[in-house]
Amino acid sequence: MKENRKELNRNLAQMLKGGVIMDVTTPEQARIAEAAGACAVMALERIPADIRAAGGVSRMSDPKMIRGIQEAVSIPVMAKVRIGHFAEAQILQAIEIDYIDESEVLSPADDIYHIDKNEFEVPFVCGAKDLGEALRRISEGATMIRTKGEPGTGDIIQAVRHMRMIQSEMRRIQSLNEDELYEAAKQLRSPYELVKYVHDNGKLPVVNFAAGGVATPADAALMMQLGAEGVFVGSGIFKSGNPEKRARAIVQAVTNYNDPKVLAELSEDLGEAMVGINESEIALLMAERGK
Amino acid sequence: MKIAILALQGAFAEHKQMLDKLGVESFEIRQEADWEKEKDGVIIPGGESTVMLKLLHELNLFDKIKKDIETGLPVFGTCAGLIILSSKVDDPRSPFSRIGTMDIDTCRNAYGRQLGSFYIEEQLKGIEPKVPMTFIRAPYINKVGEGVEVLAEVKGHIVAARQNNQFVTAFHPELNEDTHIHQLFINIVNEYIAAK
Repeated sequence: MKENRKELNRNLAQMLKGGVIMDVTTPEQARIAEAAGACAVMALERIPADIRAAGGVSRMSDPKMIRGIQEAVSIPVMAKVRIGHFAEAQILQAIEIDYIDESEVLSPADDIYHIDKNEFEVPFVCGAKDLGEALRRISEGATMIRTKGEPGTGDIIQAVRHMRMIQSEMRRIQSLNEDELYEAAKQLRSPYELVKYVHDNGKLPVVNFAAGGVATPADAALMMQLGAEGVFVGSGIFKSGNPEKRARAIVQAVTNYNDPKVLAELSEDLGEAMVGINESEIALLMAERGK
Repeated sequence: MKIAILALQGAFAEHKQMLDKLGVESFEIRQEADWEKEKDGVIIPGGESTVMLKLLHELNLFDKIKKDIETGLPVFGTCAGLIILSSKVDDPRSPFSRIGTMDIDTCRNAYGRQLGSFYIEEQLKGIEPKVPMTFIRAPYINKVGEGVEVLAEVKGHIVAARQNNQFVTAFHPELNEDTHIHQLFINIVNEYIAAK
């Protein structure tokens, strides 16, 4: 991938900042999401909560279904591939997807190697639980990072844990002396240049969103206050009682995340939230996939 | 001088960084009350125009901003900001009305999807060296009205223009280091301060 293209792909993520990216499974849902103020949609056959319920191997969606969603909306369309499945990624690139999510929500195709994302023209977003994971994904070519969270649960605890971990490790790196960065890179199992970037700039070289377990406007505001630059909402919207209203409220909550009065109004009468399962009640921790 | 930056969604922080470099004070607009503050100009950044238009209306900012631009407040719109200021847009996709105060006819997502995004260095009228231009799922201007001055063309399409107090670019000058284009906007703001 040319340096120029990588920069353009990082730039697209910058345009998504302060926005909400919503999981959708049909063109109809995509239109609802766009009208509710989504800055992008994630096209997939089943939302994480249903993947979790159905079990079995979960794969890239049918390109025809993704194309249907591309035709339905004018905002960027993302789609997921399995960790390490570069052939699925080639297919999504062929249909000119705007962003590929190499995602732990699907069944991993490779338990050692992630996709060499530097080989692609289209941009990739990847999940991370900590700074080392984030920097390894960036070094492989990811131009956007998101917390892994625990998809399909409606439980925010893991997204909080991952965001706090990334932020606190970045603060620690910033406080180090220059000659301590080599050892820090070794401990983080990440390239020195990226560790140096974090030390000098106090942030990742790419945009960092929250994902996994966001179900309410308050959840979105919590993640933004913890340092997220935007949020992904998966099952939280279309598994709730009133998807349209909830989507709209989460979009506004991300813009005014620092104003509790606005958040109070937004949280009123949203109908039922997704039922959710606690982290401790689930057998499969998707966040443990791909490190 | 104080510049308001619309911070509803998108790359607003990058505009603030550019103004910081030029030593110009700025503040964010996230809700109605923010618009009450004194300001000499406003920037509408890049992002998703459908999202920003919806929030402009829902947060009761739309009428106020539109009225102030109509009465001469200098405005700089980049990418989505250009779309929001366009009087005509093909395939706007938003049920909400645009500010639409600039007499330009705009094509949205004119270069296609992300694979069509590109970087180029080109001439912009009034600036000596070529300036960096980053186009991200960008629009371009099909046609301009009589009072509109075309400032730059790339690959045969209009990508920057000015109409009195309104200045737009289809690309993102906030994404590169070069501050020439933001300086050009500050010069416009200064013209309006002097004329007051």
